[in-house]
Amino acid sequence: MNISLTGQPVSRKTPARDPSRTSTGLLPLTVRSVNLSIDGTALLKDISLTIDNNKITALMGHNGAGKSLLIRVLHGILTPQSGQVEWNGQPVEDIKVRKRQSMVFQKPVLLRRSVAANIDYVLALRKLSSKTRRDELLQIAGLSEKAKQQARSLSGGEQQRLAIARALATNPEVLLMDEPTANLDPQATSRIESLIHQASEQAIKIILVTHDLAQAQRVADDVIFLDNGNVAEHSSATTFFTQPASAAGHSYISGYLQTATEKRPL
Amino acid sequence: MKSILFFIVTCSLTNAAIASQKAILVQSTTSTANSGLYEYLLPRFEEAHKTQVNVVAVGTGQAIRNASNCDADVLLVHAKSAEEKFIEEGLGVKRYDLMYNDFVLIGPENDPANIADSITAADALTGIANSSSIFASRGDNSGTHQKELGLWLEAGIDTKPHNGKWYRETGSGMGATLNTSIGMNAYTLTDRATWISFKNRGQHKVLFEGDAALFNQYGVILVSPEKCPSVNAVGGQTFIDWLTGPSGQQLIADYQLDGQQLFYPNATTD
Amino acid sequence: MQDFQHSFTYAFRLVVQADATLLEIVSLSLRVSVGATLLACLIGLPLGAILATRDFPGKWLLTVITNTLMGMPPVVLGLLVYMLLSRAGPLGWLEMLYTPGAMILVQFLLVLPIVTALTRQIIEDSWQEYKEQFRSLCLSNTTTILTLLWDTRNGLLTAALAGFARAISEVGAVIIVGGNINHLTRVMTTAIALETSKGDLALALALGMILLSIALVVNALVYSARLRVT
Repeated sequence: MNISLTGQPVSRKTPARDPSRTSTGLLPLTVRSVNLSIDGTALLKDISLTIDNNKITALMGHNGAGKSLLIRVLHGILTPQSGQVEWNGQPVEDIKVRKRQSMVFQKPVLLRRSVAANIDYVLALRKLSSKTRRDELLQIAGLSEKAKQQARSLSGGEQQRLAIARALATNPEVLLMDEPTANLDPQATSRIESLIHQASEQAIKIILVTHDLAQAQRVADDVIFLDNGNVAEHSSATTFFTQPASAAGHSYISGYLQTATEKRPL
Repeated sequence: MKSILFFIVTCSLTNAAIASQKAILVQSTTSTANSGLYEYLLPRFEEAHKTQVNVVAVGTGQAIRNASNCDADVLLVHAKSAEEKFIEEGLGVKRYDLMYNDFVLIGPENDPANIADSITAADALTGIANSSSIFASRGDNSGTHQKELGLWLEAGIDTKPHNGKWYRETGSGMGATLNTSIGMNAYTLTDRATWISFKNRGQHKVLFEGDAALFNQYGVILVSPEKCPSVNAVGGQTFIDWLTGPSGQQLIADYQLDGQQLFYPNATTD
Repeated sequence: MQDFQHSFTYAFRLVVQADATLLEIVSLSLRVSVGATLLACLIGLPLGAILATRDFPGKWLLTVITNTLMGMPPVVLGLLVYMLLSRAGPLGWLEMLYTPGAMILVQFLLVLPIVTALTRQIIEDSWQEYKEQFRSLCLSNTTTILTLLWDTRNGLLTAALAGFARAISEVGAVIIVGGNINHLTRVMTTAIALETSKGDLALALALGMILLSIALVVNALVYSARLRVT
């Protein structure tokens, strides 16, 4: 598909950007000593990490490990009690930094308007209004036929695809996703994953919170494993799924490894 | 957004238009307004003097209070002592007698207190009190209410202990009190004009009338331009002169409802 | 007691004959109550949205006060505005007492808490859902409020209609500041009160039916407009 996710015209001569490149202007992401507690309970404990690849990073862990909180801290919509989050040396509190990122939530929050109007809204917000660009985004999401429908009347999978298209409308350099397929059936999940791959091919850095080990194996290049508010492990996906360094990571994937290794779809 | 601005503009224009005509504002009683007298008189005055007259009809007590706040050019009410107090306090320029009619006692047709044969109004009220028949009082410090209190005083009856029992204050205008009175089969004091123009009479009728004590005098007063600089003194005085003059007096005498004369002119020209 | 059928035919005759006085009263009623409702929305919608989405000292108190004022007795408000606008009062120089402007003002004050309180509740419910998404999009406060207002428009329309219903049906406030002056400040409700006090219950009831029919037409128009926009 030669449709640009970043709004840049793509000619056939220009190959998709190499995902191994680390040239996104917002990278590296540096997190230093982040502490977050809510109602007196420490939920993120002295988290430090660096992400400098331009690939797909999965953020994994048990329920309550702090994945959803951490991704919000990385995006700057949740402020920790202490610590710094810097994107290429610039603090995430800087609105210019935040505007270069997009986030997709587990439950898509669509405006009560038509599908097309949801895209138009964000385009207008960034002063990028363009009918061509909107149609392009709808085509990417596979929603061209449904442009005039009420966004909230779409199926769960369609709503999430629209949310992703809307997130891409701002031409983000980083796309943060919090369990975008948690409520979806396998078919809808697979369409979302292909959108994730496409975005990544356009050199958009992806950070994805997921519960789904199979999904992580399918899409992730590296894995950050959170355990009880700590980073237990940050390694390449291959390493994590074959030889997890941490005991917690090992126990997390062990059940899965025993039952599903043979069925790995790669 | 545009329509809102339109509303504000039209409304302020309406106000401005009326103000430029120097309309005369009259605080008056419900009895005169409900009888239709103003609908009969005002178009003729407005035609002769090209001046609009706006009438606010409330109880005499409230009319005087409103006029005391300078919210009137002319006061047209029926409670002589209160009117004279208004003049004494310097709030009004001069009081003119305008017209009169009378109060009547109305009650259920079968007349349980047997007041129809009474000689005086005080006797009639004594009859009501002795039989503990229900009496509906205005209770609103209006001209009619003040007249009623005077009659109880004359009869030597203190209604306080009976308040809420057979003596019931509605705290409302004449019309509302009549509706209540008919609803609870009560006796009530009302001015004759309101009664004649009242449509919901049910089984009630006039049971006692004709005592000189039931005389109902209307007076008209120009609000003092010294106390209230905003008063339209010229317009107000023109209106008063017209009402108390030959054409106004003749028209008051001519006004009839259901073939009955409601008001009798008695202005003294001086 | 005059029967209802009499009132029905009475109402029907007034409407069919397009009675000039009736038209005048109806038109003033609509001008005053629609004007008051629009003004109340102009202030109340953003105010309710601010109460729902922003944190500031005194917010709790302001919310409780707004909710309480929904129950303001029209007579009391009428008296307050009368005291303000009376020539002896602080705003007497405006010469607004006993004008349609005064009636719009008093109904505006009556409707404002209703629109504000209902808007606050409606927006607050949506705000919980939208909050993170809007933060992620880096929306300014103004854009946030405008977007929320537009996205909850159906609920807000009902809030506005509730405000309009309060305005068009109240008599206590307009009769005090308007004075029920014939051809100047007489509206449907004060005309009904007047006819009731004249004992003409059939005419009063007929006017009541016409008032309800007007409210019905207004609601039908707004509702069909809403269906088109949705």
